[in-house]
Amino acid sequence: MSTQTVQTPGPAASSGAVGDRTPVMTARGLVKRYGHVTAINGCDFDLYPGEVLAVVGDNGAGKSSLIKALTGALTPDAGTVTLDGKPVAFHSPLEARQQGIETVYQTLAVAPALDIASNLFLGREIRREGLLGSLRLLDKKAMRSAARKELNALGIATIQDITQPVETLSGGQRQAVAVARAAMFGSKVVIMDEPTAALGVRETAQVLELIKRISGRGLPVVLISHDMPAVFEVADRIHVHRLGRRAGIVEPKNVSMSDVVSYITGAEEIPGTHDADPDQAAHTSEVAP
Amino acid sequence: MTTTTSSATGTLGRSRADGVRRTFARYPVLGPTAALVLAIIVFSVSTTTFFNIDNFSLIVQQSVVIGTLALGQTLIILTAGIDLANAAIAVFGTLLLTRLTIGGTPSAVAILLGLVACTVVATVSGLLVTRIKLPPFIVTLGMLAVMTAVTNLYSGGTTYPVPDGLLTWLGTSLYLFGRVQFTMGMILAALLFVLMWFVLSKTAWGRHVYAVGNEPEAARLTGIHIDRTLVSVYAVAGVIYGFAAWMALGRTPTADPNAYQTGNLDSITAVVIGGTSLFGGRGGVVGTIIGALIVAILRSGLTQMGIDSNYQNLATGVLVIAAVAFDQATRRRG
Repeated sequence: MSTQTVQTPGPAASSGAVGDRTPVMTARGLVKRYGHVTAINGCDFDLYPGEVLAVVGDNGAGKSSLIKALTGALTPDAGTVTLDGKPVAFHSPLEARQQGIETVYQTLAVAPALDIASNLFLGREIRREGLLGSLRLLDKKAMRSAARKELNALGIATIQDITQPVETLSGGQRQAVAVARAAMFGSKVVIMDEPTAALGVRETAQVLELIKRISGRGLPVVLISHDMPAVFEVADRIHVHRLGRRAGIVEPKNVSMSDVVSYITGAEEIPGTHDADPDQAAHTSEVAP
Repeated sequence: MTTTTSSATGTLGRSRADGVRRTFARYPVLGPTAALVLAIIVFSVSTTTFFNIDNFSLIVQQSVVIGTLALGQTLIILTAGIDLANAAIAVFGTLLLTRLTIGGTPSAVAILLGLVACTVVATVSGLLVTRIKLPPFIVTLGMLAVMTAVTNLYSGGTTYPVPDGLLTWLGTSLYLFGRVQFTMGMILAALLFVLMWFVLSKTAWGRHVYAVGNEPEAARLTGIHIDRTLVSVYAVAGVIYGFAAWMALGRTPTADPNAYQTGNLDSITAVVIGGTSLFGGRGGVVGTIIGALIVAILRSGLTQMGIDSNYQNLATGVLVIAAVAFDQATRRRG
């Protein structure tokens, strides 16, 4: 059912790793302008099942705008987005979430005074059955056991007491709570916007471990990050974003970190962008005069 | 489990202080409860008249109206707001109830209309806060002036005697064991407190109230309708102010446009002393009961010790500042 509206496999096919699998989420020719500033300039995007796709790019390259366009936080002026092969148009993050797209933000999006279980289910509380449920009564027991299960499944063993307020946790553990929430409710895609930017080395490692576990479940993860070592540790493919569009896609096993930095700054051209895919080549030549 | 990292990096003393801080941060009622017990012990030892069931009953009766106003205030402060107009709304309610009844409206209908009127006025505050994005302090400061003026215009500046019957029914007493005096107002206030405690701690709405006050951005990102939650909080607070108006008529059977002029500040005092954070998202109605009782006990005890009422005000003021400083210290940032 998911193949009918899928367009060309696009440049992703040239990377080889994903073969002819069907993408979970795609975008073609996205454009977003603010006055005379073009934040997204004909951007394409492909995400395949079970992969970790890193999106890298310089500050101001338009990574955040792309992510916002994919998650409904902004409405693109032009272009199409598909989810499971079907065209979608999200008008708010809530709509995207209802379709199974969860986002983890850099700013730890948790309420510090509330306990872990409450935070995991914030806005999506489990209610009691029957009459008590229609009174919006919470089923705390069910939420706690589900929260416990999810944290265990993700290997977050350092959190013992599910009823402790999130503010008693370390930064890494708090982000783990936010990640667990995304993993719990994200049925299609989990997007992480600089999830480790506020974290220390050890805490970053914990979050990266979580990312691996989530993609290991078959849930694709989009990781927006400036942290090259982190990107190289977890990403299957790297989407290089430059001047408001996808400059190309590389695989960490084929390139070095300094190569990727050169692609980001435009100092070097991404190999294969010219011959492998004419569409992408056209973009690149416009981008790098 | 949470102190392992801090004890590894810091000194043992620091981690213990940290532990104490966390305990208080997690159980905000702890501090106020300790203060309440301490006050009871001090006054029981230092006076002969304080420790006595009639005195306790009187203290609770005196706390009912301010305590109920503080209950509504608690809801609003939990959302990181403040309501300076709560007492003015309730005073308007007392005059509305009284004048309607004097004018021939059945008391039950008058009470119902009073509840509706108080709810509408408080909801207007909520709408101004959410729609025009004005700070609650300014909105309710304006509403305070508006409602004071409306009440004076409506009453012509004069007091009205409250007709006996349903309007003063909350002032009637029950005697438990033929000895312990309970008024209907006390019972109604207790019911309202239990109901709000239940709703805040057991329902999704309650979680959302805390989340909106604690971290609005996180609440928004998880899909909570912040504006809807805020307006509903002001509306519920309005209903509670309506009940406070009815209770006030039971306590003093005169509808006085100049009554409860410091009710707004007294209710904030009770909430803050009860450990609810002015920064929102922390605390609750149990603390407010304790806070209201602490203030009433302080006044009663100091009066019986023969201490001038100016010193009572002074003590209350010091307590408020101490409570907020304490909250600031236990509150963890980031």
